[in-house]
Amino acid sequence: MSAPTTTTQNIAEESLRSALSSSERPKRPNALSASLTFGWRAMLKIKHVPEQLFDVTVFPIMFTLMFTYLFGGALAGSTGEYLQFLLPGILVQTVVFITIYTGFTLNGDIQKGVFDRFRSLPVWRPAVLVGALLADAARYTMASTIILVLGLVLGFRPEGGIVGVLLAVALVLVFAFSLSWIWTALGLVLRTPNSVMGVSMMIMFPLTFASNIFVDPQTMPSWLATAIGFNPITHLVTATRGLMDGTVTLGQMAAVFAACAILIVVFAPVTMYLYRNKK
Amino acid sequence: MERDGVVNIGRGAVKKADVELAVHAEGLVRKFGENAAVDGVDLIVRRGEIYGFLGPNGAGKTTTIRMLATLLPPSSGTAEIFGHDIARDADEVRSRVSLTGQFASVDEDLTGHENLVLIARLLGHSRKESKARSAELLAAFGLSDAASRQVKKYSGGMRRRLDIAASIVVTPELLFLDEPTTGLDPRSRNQVWDIIRTLASEGTTVLLTTQYLDEADQLADRIAVIDNGKVIAEGTPGELKASVGAGALHVRLADPETRPEAERILSNSLGAPMHLESDPAALSARVSDPERVSRALAELSRSGVAVTDFALGQPSLDEVFLALTGRPADDNENNENPGGKEEEVA
Ligand SMILES: Nc1ncnc2c1ncn2[C@@H]1O[C@H](COP(=O)(O)OP(=O)(O)O)[C@@H](O)[C@H]1O
Ligand SMILES: [Mg+2]
Repeated sequence: MSAPTTTTQNIAEESLRSALSSSERPKRPNALSASLTFGWRAMLKIKHVPEQLFDVTVFPIMFTLMFTYLFGGALAGSTGEYLQFLLPGILVQTVVFITIYTGFTLNGDIQKGVFDRFRSLPVWRPAVLVGALLADAARYTMASTIILVLGLVLGFRPEGGIVGVLLAVALVLVFAFSLSWIWTALGLVLRTPNSVMGVSMMIMFPLTFASNIFVDPQTMPSWLATAIGFNPITHLVTATRGLMDGTVTLGQMAAVFAACAILIVVFAPVTMYLYRNKK
Repeated sequence: MERDGVVNIGRGAVKKADVELAVHAEGLVRKFGENAAVDGVDLIVRRGEIYGFLGPNGAGKTTTIRMLATLLPPSSGTAEIFGHDIARDADEVRSRVSLTGQFASVDEDLTGHENLVLIARLLGHSRKESKARSAELLAAFGLSDAASRQVKKYSGGMRRRLDIAASIVVTPELLFLDEPTTGLDPRSRNQVWDIIRTLASEGTTVLLTTQYLDEADQLADRIAVIDNGKVIAEGTPGELKASVGAGALHVRLADPETRPEAERILSNSLGAPMHLESDPAALSARVSDPERVSRALAELSRSGVAVTDFALGQPSLDEVFLALTGRPADDNENNENPGGKEEEVA
């Protein structure tokens, strides 16, 4: 780390003049290319601030080990059997949990002046958000890979084969992308990154624990099992398990896509409205 | 442009057909809750000029600029940028303007080079063109050596220059600079001034805000003085200074005890009331006629009041405000907002 230095180079008026005259306005980029550019920015930030990968590497390892060995014996009789049941759920829980960093990061970003610059550029307006979500997908993929590798090492054997596992991961990513629009909206409404974190946690804890991630709802009181049936996370876990076990049904998949569609249709416009009217 | 409360010291109203206008704002108002940050601003900036927006902290400069740059919708009023309405034609406006915000509008985590490539890509340059453009700009702004260093390790002056470079990746027709030199050391400030002059001489219209009359005087073709969300005076720097007085005489005494006597002598011979500074040995007065200053100082030494220091300076912003409003520029703490924008829960 070097201290701030003032360069001794002088600002050459001539080179400034020529830089000004050689500038031409190119055609504005399309939506995809603008989004990818913002995604590239997020990847650069990971490169420069690698600490932010802590949550996508350490969390998944911690969750998988903790729940398998802590609860495995008690809940399923053996850790090996429990892992077979738990791993798809842990994958969902981890990825869904780290989506909340989206709102946290966005909120921190907005406080900085660079956001004003982005908003004053003539680019497709949602690009900055979509780009961030694309980069998040890279982080989710990383977390998923870690969990799967760890699971395989511990003895997880998916019946659905490699295709089933890849489809399961893809499904989780699609859901995470859809869910993130809640966090972007929160990130735009709340004042500080920490309040975004707090509120997101408050939503996320009941959603993940009141689901079928850890235990089969059939062992629960019926009112609770019914409530859990309404939780979109439950449907995602069911479909993910189904894909990994090779037993998925069309209905299970449809339920997840319906949840994704609802999340996007409701929260993407809310986010864009808040974004346009941000002070 | 004759309207209540505005000291119109400029030439008369501009007919729209006469000149092409870079900015034409009428009755811009922006409220935050009950408080009107901008309270009916009319603004005319001609193509090609440097326009200075002068006012103390909390006057409404940033809010006005953010409205003109389409970042903040006005509560009422209209504005056109080169004839394009900021509300209806926001995209047209955005493709003509650039904004260098009050607080660094570059990404601190990225390097200087990455920042410029990012903006170039977002404006539609190919990867190759973007890299070339970034290198060209870094060289022009004396930042080549720092190209691959993270911006958070830049000095204030370097950051400012990068910020301005990012604003001209594609040369804008109108450049907004929000307090471009606040917090910079004199050398960096001069560099930024040179950059602004060069930009303007190449045809970019510049609208800059500042808290320093000196800066507005050095750079701007025309100045608007803004206070409490209202434009209270408008004109060329010469007109503004003429309406305010030639400047101010600042005197420091060897002995604070002699201040009452010095005050009496000076106010008599200057024919103007003296202002007692917070420094117990200092006092100042606005002067209209520099002739009288030498006489007043001679009078002081004849009476045996020892002076350690005196200066006849351009009026400060405070003095401009005193002259225009009859009260000092208020800089009260609740207007102070150093941490950045305050976010309101929408
Ligand atoms: N987002 C905001 N929410 C509430 N009040 C604001 C906001 N932005 C600015 N203000 C208030 O509006 C007034 C003008 O602010 P500003 O335009 O930043 O002044 P300047 O740039 O001249 O220092 C101040 O009183 C400030 O506190
Ligand atoms: Mg300001």
